[in-house]
Amino acid sequence: MLEVRNIFKTYDDKLLLKNISFTVAEGETICLLGASGSGKSTLLRIIAGLETPDSGLILFNGHDLTSTPPHLRDFGLVFQDYSLFPHLNVNDNVAFGLKMRRVGQSEISQRVTNLLNLVNLKGFGQRKITDLSGGEQQRVALARALAIRPRLLMFDEPLGALDRTLREGLLNELRSILHQTNIPAVYVTHDQEEAFAIADRILILHNGEIVRDGTPVDVWANPGSAYVARFLGLGNVFEGEVGARKKDNEWIVKSKYGDFTIRCNHKHARREKIPLLARPSAAEQEANSVRGVVTDVVFQQDRFKVTLNNGFYVYLNEAPKLGRKVSVRVKVECLA
Amino acid sequence: MAGKPNHKATETQRISNFSAPSVAPWLKRIFLWLPPLAFLTIAFFWPLARILTLTFNINTLSSENIQLAFRVLGFTFYQAALSTLLTLALGLPSAVLFARYEFHGKSFLRALTAVPFMLPTVVVAASFNSLLGQRGLLNNILHSSAFTVHPFVAILLAHIFYNTTILIRIVGTALSNLDPKLEQTARSLGADTFHVWWNVTLPLLRPAIFAACLLVFLFDFTSFGVILLLGGSRFATLEVEIYNQAARNLNLALAALLAIIQLVCTLIFSIFYTRLTARLVTPLTPRTAQNRRAKTLREKIFVTTFVLVLSVFFLLPLSSLPIRSLFRFEADRGQRGEVQYGFTTDYYKELFINRRDSVFYVPPIQATVNSLAYASATVIISLLLGFPAAFALARPTRLEKILDPLIMLPLGSSAVMLGLGFIISFGRWLTSPWLVPFAHTLIALPFVIRTLQPAITSIPQRLRQAASSLGASPREVWKSIDLPILRRATLAAATFAFTISLGEFGATLLLARPEYPTIPVAIERFLSQPGGLNYGQAMAMATILMMLTVISILIIEKFRLPNAGEF
Repeated sequence: MLEVRNIFKTYDDKLLLKNISFTVAEGETICLLGASGSGKSTLLRIIAGLETPDSGLILFNGHDLTSTPPHLRDFGLVFQDYSLFPHLNVNDNVAFGLKMRRVGQSEISQRVTNLLNLVNLKGFGQRKITDLSGGEQQRVALARALAIRPRLLMFDEPLGALDRTLREGLLNELRSILHQTNIPAVYVTHDQEEAFAIADRILILHNGEIVRDGTPVDVWANPGSAYVARFLGLGNVFEGEVGARKKDNEWIVKSKYGDFTIRCNHKHARREKIPLLARPSAAEQEANSVRGVVTDVVFQQDRFKVTLNNGFYVYLNEAPKLGRKVSVRVKVECLA
Repeated sequence: MAGKPNHKATETQRISNFSAPSVAPWLKRIFLWLPPLAFLTIAFFWPLARILTLTFNINTLSSENIQLAFRVLGFTFYQAALSTLLTLALGLPSAVLFARYEFHGKSFLRALTAVPFMLPTVVVAASFNSLLGQRGLLNNILHSSAFTVHPFVAILLAHIFYNTTILIRIVGTALSNLDPKLEQTARSLGADTFHVWWNVTLPLLRPAIFAACLLVFLFDFTSFGVILLLGGSRFATLEVEIYNQAARNLNLALAALLAIIQLVCTLIFSIFYTRLTARLVTPLTPRTAQNRRAKTLREKIFVTTFVLVLSVFFLLPLSSLPIRSLFRFEADRGQRGEVQYGFTTDYYKELFINRRDSVFYVPPIQATVNSLAYASATVIISLLLGFPAAFALARPTRLEKILDPLIMLPLGSSAVMLGLGFIISFGRWLTSPWLVPFAHTLIALPFVIRTLQPAITSIPQRLRQAASSLGASPREVWKSIDLPILRRATLAAATFAFTISLGEFGATLLLARPEYPTIPVAIERFLSQPGGLNYGQAMAMATILMMLTVISILIIEKFRLPNAGEF
């Protein structure tokens, strides 16, 4: 089990990571999701041992690895641009870590063959790296990282350089390989679809802090903050002012889109400013509704994205005419 | 690339039709090419043909001559290979130092290591002589001849001094272009520092290291001034032996044979070099510098050691030359009794006096005047020939693709060989002082063209079209658009030609009349004469030449277009 404990890191006098702590259990895949500059890659490099934290510990199964050099950590690493050794062929790339460990020649060739089968590159061994496509190169990089039978796998935007269809296919393969091998993995990405598809748990990083930690379903249902809701593109995020209390856990809030009734288990004071989320899918049984004039309609496969003159957007099944006044029922959630 | 030149060519046509409707474009190109090609034919190809006919002759190809040639060839290879290996030993860690680490005085140290490469060979030779020679600083300070450096060691040191910058540039560039993630991946796969170097970094640098070594080898192979001045004629490399046979034994045929052997060797090396550099791929996106300060103890020791070694190795010879020219350590010839040791300006004063027992018929300072006159003539001739060629090359057609390597050909032959060619072909005119600037022009012309051509290419056609559409006549267009842009490049090219002429040694030594010596020739004569006064004057002359060259280099650096005129 990997444990990251109270990591701090500054770079050029800028605080890059602030008190980062989390664990990765056996067989678990966690995703570090964040915008560029959030510190996610730095965190990965610290776990790999390529950079040292200012303070804090990296532990594996209780052993402190913080000052262990990277080549003694047994952590596999896969970069976005594959970083295959251009002077070696596919076989020698995959075998590199085994040669460093002085594994016998016959065992090396057997393990390399098995690994190339695992990543669907049977018979590619003698090929030159430069003759491979981007997807094939990434499979070689994965096989190379798996070859050393790592205690932990780390991915830094591994699919970022691939096109969309290839990315989906490779993502599925990767997930099944991770499940088969049961190796814990840390996966860094800025792409939320990728993160939600592969992760058992998602950690969202923002300005060097973990702002949300939960399963994909949980994070989606309860973003917990305006930043996370905006970052994940969950809907209209706006501010409301708490007005009268209707019931035990029901308040009236005022906002630029109108007055809404929200349900919230937290206590709120009158006139308190709270962040609100209105998901764009229309919900007929809700009491809240937003009114406005249609200014823009965009066709999106099975629905239309309709934008109103006040900036509010909602997905509808049928396209309304431009300039029409509409009223849409929506669910409004409190993000505090 | 395929579409653009065509587009440009039609633009050129349109604009030239517009400005000078009477002259066809192809005719204009012929006119542009006529002067440089005529010059090359007379000054390069004709002498080359003479050397060849002299070589392939029954009398020349005697077993005795061939035996001598192979012995000399063997030594040339040996000293060049040894020099290259030693240069690699210093250059490779230095390349790592500059490509990977940040330290105080880095840009100064980088510039310092580049200075020798631009200095004339005589200055480098004189510098090492002033430090390690029998009358050098070290011997005089240590007050014993016990510390005498073998001439061969001095030659090797001077070669390292000269060429380390090539390794720093070529291998350093390759190293900083290397993706740091490759090494990081190797580490994560279990490779320790040594194995990362041995299994990843070094194999990836191999083409760059080979290319740099080959270039260094090429320079060491044809090295002349350093070997002649530091070693004397006992250390006969091909280049030195060509000079010996031509100037001392007056055996032009044997000199021609040696010259051809050398030319074949350098051509083979050049072809290898071109092949290798073609394989040096540069990434499309320049990587951000991975420089950082040394962190671990090992890194700190490495950085400190090599900064010290490089500083000492490059500063000592460069500073000992001017120091030695200002201090007297021994009695001059004929001086007895009270001799003033220590600081003196006598060596400089002596340069202005015409002594009867001196090695010249004129005051030695006349050599400086001659050098400046030759250099000025070289500038004028090479600009007159270089401009038309550069204009033609700036908008290349199929003709230029053939002619471009042709005009660079003199670069491939050595200076002594060019001088030998002149002697064989224009022996009659040897008394004329004009042979020297023409020989210098031959060497300077490729550099002049390579400096002018990018500047001319950089002038956008649209500017000219805009100017002419606003009513400017072709002459006014030239004056208001081309000239201001070309002024900088012209100055840089002129300074290039000037510097090359100032420092040229091999050809000049064969061609210069005794009464018209240049500075390098004067230094050679002073050094080959006995006595402290002659030695001191050599030091003074070399210091003057060093100062003139440094000023020229600074001017070139100021006016050169970025990215123009690399190796």
